[in-house]
Amino acid sequence: MKQLSTKVTSNAHGQDSSYFLGWEEYEKNPYDEIKNPNGIIQMGLAENQLCFDLIETWLAKNPDAAGLKKEGQSIFKELALFQDYHGLPEFKKALAEFMEEIRGNRVTFDPSKIVLTAGSTSANETLMFCLAEPGDAFLLPTPYYPGFDRDLKWRTGAEIVPIHCSSSNGFQITESALQQAYQQAQKLDLKVKGVLVTNPSNPLGTMLTRRELNLLVDFITSKNIHLISDEIYSGTVFGFEQFVSVMDVLKDKKLENSEVSRRVHVVYSLSKDLGLPGFRVGAIYSNDEMVVSAATKMSSFGLVSSQTQYLLSALLSDKKFTGTYLNENQKRLKIRQKQLVSGLEAAGVTCLKSNAGLFCWVDMRHLLDTNTFEAELELWKKIVYEVKLNISPGSSCHCTEPGWFRVCFANMSEETLDLAMKRLKEYVESTDSRRLISKSSHERIKSLRKRTVSNWVFRVSWTDRVPDER
Amino acid sequence: MLSSKVINESHGQDSSYFLGWQEYEKNPFHETLNPSGIVQMGLAENQLSFDLIESWLDDHPEVLGLKKNEESVFKHLALFQDYHGLPAFKDAMAKFMEKIRGSKVKFNANKMVLTAGSTSANETLMFCLANPGDAFLIPAPYYPGFDRDLKWRTGVEIVPIHCVSSNGYKITKEALEDAYERAHKLNLNVKGVLITNPSNPLGTSTTRGELDLLLTFTSAKKIHMVSDEIYSGTVFDSPEFTSVLEVAKDKNMDLDEKIHVVYSLSKDLGLPGFRVGLIYSNNEKVVSAATKMSSFGLISSQTQHLLANLLSDERFTTKYLEVNRKRLRERRDRLVSGLKKAGIGCLKSNGGLFCWVDLRHLLKSNTFEAEHSLWTKIVCEVGLNISPGSSCHSDEPGWFRVCFANMSDQTLEVAMDRVHGFVEAMVMNTNHGKQKRTMWDSRRRSLINKWVSKLSSVQCESER
Repeated sequence: MKQLSTKVTSNAHGQDSSYFLGWEEYEKNPYDEIKNPNGIIQMGLAENQLCFDLIETWLAKNPDAAGLKKEGQSIFKELALFQDYHGLPEFKKALAEFMEEIRGNRVTFDPSKIVLTAGSTSANETLMFCLAEPGDAFLLPTPYYPGFDRDLKWRTGAEIVPIHCSSSNGFQITESALQQAYQQAQKLDLKVKGVLVTNPSNPLGTMLTRRELNLLVDFITSKNIHLISDEIYSGTVFGFEQFVSVMDVLKDKKLENSEVSRRVHVVYSLSKDLGLPGFRVGAIYSNDEMVVSAATKMSSFGLVSSQTQYLLSALLSDKKFTGTYLNENQKRLKIRQKQLVSGLEAAGVTCLKSNAGLFCWVDMRHLLDTNTFEAELELWKKIVYEVKLNISPGSSCHCTEPGWFRVCFANMSEETLDLAMKRLKEYVESTDSRRLISKSSHERIKSLRKRTVSNWVFRVSWTDRVPDER
Repeated sequence: MLSSKVINESHGQDSSYFLGWQEYEKNPFHETLNPSGIVQMGLAENQLSFDLIESWLDDHPEVLGLKKNEESVFKHLALFQDYHGLPAFKDAMAKFMEKIRGSKVKFNANKMVLTAGSTSANETLMFCLANPGDAFLIPAPYYPGFDRDLKWRTGVEIVPIHCVSSNGYKITKEALEDAYERAHKLNLNVKGVLITNPSNPLGTSTTRGELDLLLTFTSAKKIHMVSDEIYSGTVFDSPEFTSVLEVAKDKNMDLDEKIHVVYSLSKDLGLPGFRVGLIYSNNEKVVSAATKMSSFGLISSQTQHLLANLLSDERFTTKYLEVNRKRLRERRDRLVSGLKKAGIGCLKSNGGLFCWVDLRHLLKSNTFEAEHSLWTKIVCEVGLNISPGSSCHSDEPGWFRVCFANMSDQTLEVAMDRVHGFVEAMVMNTNHGKQKRTMWDSRRRSLINKWVSKLSSVQCESER
């Protein structure tokens, strides 16, 4: 008799994917400006480290929030005992208003329709438990966040069927792609329960257009299925266009109190916009009472610490702070993204035009030996071990075209980003030279090589391809 | 449109355990604002020792202030989402758990998985140890929340191990074998046994003999042993608390890969709001899988930081455990003597935040219907929310779990007065024609009239 569950023995947690392996490599040899300047630079972690100073300043000015005091009086006891899965009312109210603010106050969020969860990881899994049976499927546009393979499928038994998106149209979702995915699910004998999108997209860094959102709402209406919109990056939109939420579209189509609106659910979190992944703050927003009720009970398995709810209710209730923060966050992300984009350009590398998120979707197809995923993996290994940049290969995000990589820019200093771009440029130039060598005109090429191949690349190409162990 | 988990409501939350809670919410007792409200005695919270924690916090303001050596640790914590947990916190938890067990057991932080409360820990263990349709054997009576925590989303079944009052609810070999066989008759694959030690709702710690029996049983059947030791720090009387790991050590089973312990700070430290639980296991595969699963319920780094500092302070933890035990024992004694005065006995307990009270003599008939109607009276007429044994899957009607650590001394007094009043009214009602009016009687009657008349006018939906 098997001792452990199949969930344990089957590796369905998806954590053997390269997404996590690159992370492990980084852990062994992490870059540090002073202590380890030749280490691997982490560009695979979608963290927002650009605005901590704003939060820290606020904390210093408002010591009661972290100090568990209210108007000078200790509320430690009340918070210590507060385990109501309906959540701290002040926090839900503040969170609802923050979500409204991010959407330009064009739509309203009712705090009683919010279910608090320990991060959006918990929110997404909980929604699967509420909406799908084991064996049911959700359609997801590719490329998508690698964590979904674990979060949506592992313990729930739900399946993911990809909606194939391609670079030919900027990876936008098309009607035919939706229909194809639906049919594919049926061929696999899977009952489709809904569509899940991340908007803005991870890993693309682009917002879903109104056209796509309308298409999605129409699609779920006709198929009588659910739509989950994970809007975890909604506060990272830095482009000229405003963020358009699925809630905006429901409002515009006058579907706000309709039956369809009960099948549209939004997921949110403070891990990206506020840069607080350690605090485990996520939320489900649903117009379906039964979903809210069941998800609320399920949240018992992952409640947000009352200590943290209190801190954040104070922080987010301060409208001066939230207004300033969202503005400044936007500005800084924009500057940092520009720095990455131009750094890449200098290396002859382009990326998908993005207006949100903490990363760019980078086109390295021209650096592949062949148009295959094997070649992509080879290139990725080179970039991790030789160029010493941990970036995420498109295959780990289920992209259908080899050669795309997600590169994060908001989790490091300007100087580190600079260095990363330098390393990449040097690598690309050396690769170019190596390519030129294999072509005709040896003399010209020889002198070119002498000039462009740096010492560094020379050393590296002769050493073992085993990662340094420091 | 929605999953069967939602439609079937197999979350168990329509049980009376939760309904009494709802009644209380509608009409909660307050010393000054609502003195005729319902006194909450169904919530196993430990409110007796907050002052100790609060004064520690006052002495160490930099901890809540997210500073260490005058430097801010905010950024570090904000970004810390490593499911391996804050090392300083795991170390502090290991030490704390060792202290509770008188250093008879050692805990290795590498075998620990942090979870958002023991609710999450227990569910996660089920996901790791059992497939849908498998069963775990649990001694009854047991914590009503298990019906949700262990079964709802996991698809695992619970088969009760019948324990009876006639032997103080001790787990016997026969009861274990009987449960095992019943599971098989139901075509269920038994994956393990889960106990709560000290027991909720009994308030008694599992004896060495029982632990030895359990390990012999699980070992022979090659199944898992899960010991939820969430109340381990509340043992205030002899016998001393014995952890399953201690007995395992004696049986040379201390590295056994099928023994797992669950813990939490919700009861010992009274911090249910902070969501701090853990799984402890020698089984690498379980630790590895459970660690990944903990992504679905990590502990806030802000909270890990606070508690790492609190629990690393050995002087604090030693004092806290000692004072906490003392206060719990005093409070338990008060409840027991208050009940005794009303002619009510309870199971002799040595831990926990509640007593297992014997109200069988107040039942109209030896049935669960009678228990339910008695319970309704007690909630609606007497104004005490206590937990009926049926909600804990007790085999015998008439037992109730009554909590004592979640209220002030004065409130406990009020509750005891009401119990006396109620019992005397019942006694008077059953004494056909014996209505001797003595000085005591009239005093009692005025007491009864004051409470009962106020309460009987309260709308109690559970009566419908």
